[in-house]
Amino acid sequence: MDDAHEGPVLEVTDLETNFKTPAGLVRAVDGVSLSLERGKTIGIVGESGSGKSVLSRSIMGLLPSGNVVRKGSVRYQGQEIGELTPNQLRDFWGPEMAMIFQDPMTSLNPVMKIGNQITESIRYHLDQSKSESRETALALLQSVRIPEPTKRLNEYPHQLSGGMRQRVCIAVALACGPRLLIADEPTTALDVTVQSQILDLLQGQQEARFMAMILVTHDLGVVAGRTDEIAVMYAGQIVERAPTKVLFSKMKMPYTEALLKSIPKIENPSHTRLLAISGRPPSLVSPPSGCRFEPRCLYAQDRCREEMPPLMLAETPGHEYRCWFPVGTPEGKAALEKNLREKETPVGVDTSALVNG
Amino acid sequence: MAGSGKAHLRDGSLLRVEDLVVEFPAGPGRKVHAVSGISLDVVEGETLGLVGESGCGKSTTGKAIMQMPRPTSGTVAFEGEALTSLKGEALRQTRPTMQMIFQDPISSLNPRRKVGDIIGEPLRVWGRGDADEREKKVREVLEAVGIDPDAAMPRRPHQFSGGQCQRISIARALMLDPRVIICDEPVSALDVSVQAQILNLLEDMKARYGLTLIFIAHDLAVVKNVSDRVAVMYLGKVCEVGPPDTLYEEPAHHYTAALLSAIPVPDPEAERLDAGGIGGELPSPLDPPSGCRFRTRCPEAQERCAAEEPLMREVGVNHFVACHFPRIGGTAPPDASVPVTVSQH
Repeated sequence: MDDAHEGPVLEVTDLETNFKTPAGLVRAVDGVSLSLERGKTIGIVGESGSGKSVLSRSIMGLLPSGNVVRKGSVRYQGQEIGELTPNQLRDFWGPEMAMIFQDPMTSLNPVMKIGNQITESIRYHLDQSKSESRETALALLQSVRIPEPTKRLNEYPHQLSGGMRQRVCIAVALACGPRLLIADEPTTALDVTVQSQILDLLQGQQEARFMAMILVTHDLGVVAGRTDEIAVMYAGQIVERAPTKVLFSKMKMPYTEALLKSIPKIENPSHTRLLAISGRPPSLVSPPSGCRFEPRCLYAQDRCREEMPPLMLAETPGHEYRCWFPVGTPEGKAALEKNLREKETPVGVDTSALVNG
Repeated sequence: MAGSGKAHLRDGSLLRVEDLVVEFPAGPGRKVHAVSGISLDVVEGETLGLVGESGCGKSTTGKAIMQMPRPTSGTVAFEGEALTSLKGEALRQTRPTMQMIFQDPISSLNPRRKVGDIIGEPLRVWGRGDADEREKKVREVLEAVGIDPDAAMPRRPHQFSGGQCQRISIARALMLDPRVIICDEPVSALDVSVQAQILNLLEDMKARYGLTLIFIAHDLAVVKNVSDRVAVMYLGKVCEVGPPDTLYEEPAHHYTAALLSAIPVPDPEAERLDAGGIGGELPSPLDPPSGCRFRTRCPEAQERCAAEEPLMREVGVNHFVACHFPRIGGTAPPDASVPVTVSQH
């Protein structure tokens, strides 16, 4: 790739990824646009089924072609990913972009030594000799802080704990010095103590190597202190995108607010009633024609069902949201108060819990 | 934190676990020390939260309380009756009083059977009521957990989402009017929005059916939300027990403090305390450290911690810790009456 490339490393424009299924076309990613510069981290947050993993796989070009219908563009340093042949993609994965998956147990080859799993891509892409690549692998294991790295090179994945395996996955992903690292739920399978170690490690490597990083997670707590920007996804769309601090202090989208409020907080006394989001995400085969969150939203009005809100700009630069009655605005407050008075939204979401809470 | 001792046990508890040990054979001369002499109790109507990292023995403890498999040693007493000494039919007769909910709601329901049959089965097995009465009970409980009985009963588990399957699992656990439900990580496979629904549901069911809960989870915030009493486990031992509000406000054990500092806070302005939370890895349960089991990762570990196993002692109101040098409550006095217990290794 061209080192002198100006502008964002990654530009996604109106990306649609649809799956053909017997039940109909599943719109997993529906019109997503985002851009990412070198040295920056974007967090993608959403529930299961919101399309965040399909988005990251679309960016990587990892989806099979058979039953997938793609529209829109994913440009990496100006190069359209969809136009690359499988061979070109193969040269791309590793030195340009790399990915870390959720489950470190299944993303390593169980019958291959750790050392070989790391050196495999180094030898292929960087054309290093066997002994050189081994030195590189050793340095990588040291950089991801694996104790006794020399010994670990000759071990198999089952001999390591989950946290150590995820460190190996990170070493594999970093082996060829990618400029874009996609971490898809990298800590979901790990304990909370190990989670903070792994996130610190990722952040440190991202800063040291000046990589662009996409951190995909369902946990707003994970992305809060570690990203420059956050995109919240719901039913295949980005429903709110903002610089991290702005998102938490001036959120506009009722979904973001609901997501944050449904997390049990450590500072609340025990037996605090949680503000759960009622119902579940809509079907992606026939999503609601209006706002997709409307069936579960406490702010919903008739207009939300009739008309899909576009991505609107907030007063802070770089802050976009999809809502007719945004949180914290006079319209939003009026909509919420009306629903609280009537004890339910137009589609019958009970708002009385909010009054009691 | 080889926390032994029973200073934290109370009189008149519904369920009392004493010196519970669970070991699994691991080849010639080797044993996995999954649970190494823990004591716990639960009073009626209370929720006991069991929290700790993977591999600390919290799930094994839950299963050993159910006597499946039976603990290696120690006693589990329900209303004064030792389950650990019951056998065969006598043990089976106690089964309806204690039920369990598992982590993965989808794999814990039989995929080939209809929801109505899955939930009705406990009643059939125990011969409770006739067919009409059973169906009435199934409908009543399904409605209680927020599932529409007419739509759900003829369907199979794969037609439901994870959250709905967990509701169905809860309904199944409620069918025999149990006194105690052991919830083993009931929300860790669920999304945050669904997790809140299920946690609220468990609180409602506890109030409606007068349940006593043992809630096992690794998420400290979740455990705090549902519990009346929290026990923190580490490597097969209990290290701290207390009411959630005080335990989280002022953790006495260094391990609890480390766990709390590792929680990601959904606030970008929040200062991260001591980033990284806790260094190192859980030692192998095949060969746990001598003395206090946390000493290999503890910032305050001293020689005494390797030689002598700390015992449970009270450091605040109903707040107990097994540590020689806790964060509150002062250094543990040398205990002359109890011989120094160095664990087998």
